[in-house]
Amino acid sequence: MSNFFEKSDLTRNEAENIISDTLKKCDDGELYLENSKSENILLDDNKIKKSSYNSDLGFGFRAVSGEVVAYSHSNEISKNSLKQSSESLKSTLKSANSSYNHSIPKSNKKYYENINPIEKKTLKSKIDVLNKVNDYLRKKDNNVQQVTANFSGEQKSIEIIRSGGETLTDVRPLIRFNVSVMLEKNGRKESGVYGIGGRQSYDDYLINDNWKNVCDEALRIASVNLESKPAPAGEMKVVLGPGWPAILIHEAIGHGLEGDFNRKKTSAFHNLMGQKVASEGVTIVDDGTLDNRRGSLTIDDEGTPTEKTVLIENGILKNFMQDRLNARLMKTRSTGSGRRENYRHIVLPRMRNTMMLNGKQTQDEMIKSVDKGIFAVSFGGGQVDITSGKFVFNCTEAYEITEGKIGSPIKGATLIGDGPSILKEVSMVGNDMMLDPGIGTCGKAGQGVPVGVAQPSILINKMTVGGTNL
Amino acid sequence: MVKDQEYLEKKASYCLDYAKKLGATDTIVNVGNSISETVNFRNKKLDESNRSDNLGIDITTFVGKKKSSISSSNLLRENLNILIEKCVETTKNTPEDEFNSLPDKDLLAKEVKDLNLYDDSHIENDNKVEYLSRLETAASNDKKIINTESSFVEDKSNFILANSDGFCKGFKTSSFVASSVAVAKDDRSMERDYEYTVKCHLKDIKNAEELGKKAAEYSLRKLSPKKIGSEKIAIIFDKRIAKGILSTFASAISASSISRGTSFLKNKINQKIFQETINIFDKPDISKGQGSRSFDSEGVRTDTLKLVEQGILKHYLLDTYNGRKLNLKSNGRCGGTSNLYFENGKINYKDLLNSNSKCLYITETIGHGSNIVTGDYSVGATGFLVENGEFKYPINEITIAGNFKDMFQNITLANDLEFDYSTNSPTIMIEGMVVAGK
Repeated sequence: MSNFFEKSDLTRNEAENIISDTLKKCDDGELYLENSKSENILLDDNKIKKSSYNSDLGFGFRAVSGEVVAYSHSNEISKNSLKQSSESLKSTLKSANSSYNHSIPKSNKKYYENINPIEKKTLKSKIDVLNKVNDYLRKKDNNVQQVTANFSGEQKSIEIIRSGGETLTDVRPLIRFNVSVMLEKNGRKESGVYGIGGRQSYDDYLINDNWKNVCDEALRIASVNLESKPAPAGEMKVVLGPGWPAILIHEAIGHGLEGDFNRKKTSAFHNLMGQKVASEGVTIVDDGTLDNRRGSLTIDDEGTPTEKTVLIENGILKNFMQDRLNARLMKTRSTGSGRRENYRHIVLPRMRNTMMLNGKQTQDEMIKSVDKGIFAVSFGGGQVDITSGKFVFNCTEAYEITEGKIGSPIKGATLIGDGPSILKEVSMVGNDMMLDPGIGTCGKAGQGVPVGVAQPSILINKMTVGGTNL
Repeated sequence: MVKDQEYLEKKASYCLDYAKKLGATDTIVNVGNSISETVNFRNKKLDESNRSDNLGIDITTFVGKKKSSISSSNLLRENLNILIEKCVETTKNTPEDEFNSLPDKDLLAKEVKDLNLYDDSHIENDNKVEYLSRLETAASNDKKIINTESSFVEDKSNFILANSDGFCKGFKTSSFVASSVAVAKDDRSMERDYEYTVKCHLKDIKNAEELGKKAAEYSLRKLSPKKIGSEKIAIIFDKRIAKGILSTFASAISASSISRGTSFLKNKINQKIFQETINIFDKPDISKGQGSRSFDSEGVRTDTLKLVEQGILKHYLLDTYNGRKLNLKSNGRCGGTSNLYFENGKINYKDLLNSNSKCLYITETIGHGSNIVTGDYSVGATGFLVENGEFKYPINEITIAGNFKDMFQNITLANDLEFDYSTNSPTIMIEGMVVAGK
């Protein structure tokens, strides 16, 4: 655990006094302290191209009154700096006179270990694995033109000090291992990417030459794409594979169920609570309690313990994801979904691990039922326009389906759909739910936070496929 | 106040000295400070204030041909010592790369040109509130506007870039940004759109009322959109997204993509990749330009480059490392382009709209659908159907797709270029793309 006051002219006691004094007429607020260490080691073009290390330290001071948030952050943890921040908050909230200060629930549960993944493995051993990855892939297939592989690791220590001196802490490890390979055959180039990650040490993932599986998967995707033909254009049936394709759920539904957009009534879902928003059999949860997962959190960035929040149960909209501010204004409770990228940013309600739960059908039944459509196995990124509800995501591995059979692979295409109606178009839910491999980063208001997704195979009756083949 | 040149220079030179003492043969240090103050409004009321004070240092050390780097926001000497020790130690344990080195001395910038990038004006938060209040009043005129969110950001930055070959330069920049998002609603739909202004000098930012009105107007015109059928159709890109096509072009000619062989424009130098009416410039010395600079992020002098001349690709964007791999000298583009733009076309905006009896006018795209390796492009889009030069109705939930190799050959430019951002394009039309809809 970091001692944030160790090398500062500011004592904990003085900080507590400034916090209590600044927040005394406010509804909420806290001092958020953060110390993070991260590394990135990159192999590219046959060489170790980058080995970098970052150490970041700072605080963010927040005061909330009514709907107004005042925020100030700095890298200097000093008496002067905290006082300056305090002045800045007070000048925004000149007329504040409120006192919500709902207490923070307590929990002793932890969902990851207090480790520093960077220090648990030597630089040399990481470089060795990256070199092995490069040799392995280039030997395995003569068409390999380029290999990029990297390790990134982080340890983030946070401390939250509330008015009155209440203190909450967390130490969060996070790692990621990624391999990207480019093939060239008969003048055509295609690439494949695969990665794994979570709140663990590298060794937990890389035992028994596990890295080979990551390489094999990246190579397999690239090889499939080398044979791909132009994707069709127009509305058709879409079968989504299990696991990572659940970013459809994240984009189409997840963002629209975040508390802030619903309080502001800018989400297409804001007036649909308790109503049927999905086909029967569709249940979606946002779960921060899965051990060592990328989107898991012991406590959120306001100190609220994480939980498993049911968003949609058997087709009915049950809950939004809330931080303290939006929960208070919507007269409900925080779901432990208050997150921020780091101390430079204010807290927003965000997703953790968003999952569609199992149904009864098999993937086989879905494919067989499709006369003309596509089978989408893997995706790049996605994006949503919360207000119109339209969302997109990009296929990185997909196949055409003709008369109930999987056919040729098709080139990467964007799929577009309408969030509020897409889940009503889900006509089969599979029994093969899978978590993604631990690679997701969600962007919102310029802040990126690690997230997870999961789903079984699903059949969507109608979606627009953005190919070039009319 | 942001930290002054003297403070930053002192930090930089301390790091250079300490790294040398520990055995670094070369070192690069970039140290900077930025302070920004933001006020956000929502529905004509104060929503958020945010003061941000950011310090940062990046240090890269070389031991012969070995290289490694560290970065931190903690500039206390004790912390810097620990980090530099770690950096030099890591460098020694990192494999050699023959292309690692500082830039050639004779390419380094000799002077920092006065490009008018800093305005000392400070606008108090109360005045930001007053600006936003006028903006949102103007934006909320129509009762179909159900939500407005606006923000005003004032930012002042300063930095020093120094290396062990004696380079030590930096400059202050300022930026004033006002933006507005309006949500409009009718019986059938809810839509949002935006408008913003970003300038180095306070007095140059757009008028508050004008900004608010535009955001509202853009959202209102998108209400009750239709979906159209799948077809091949001419597509017109509004200026604000046309510049994205230039950004894709820039990533495809970056020396790193070229040297790694992962760009569809590899080996296209001196070849015709656009029609001969097309010229593309990257001009770093525009007064008050959003992307203006005297040197790149390695200290290499930046001159104007005519990247595309009469449709022919003339330059890659070169940094020292990737330049060496390609056997070319850096042209001062480490960190990317400066002020990148298409030279104006010959035809005016009205005539461009009229050039096809039916076309699609795109105002926004979503998704990350540009593949630099293959040139394939497929994104979600929002816009309008245009018939005989007139906007007929809004379009939503469609995708547009093509391949940049073909798209580049089919670009027609209007003559309405303005220098509002660091990358700027006139309105453009691309024929032969495919729309997927119903």
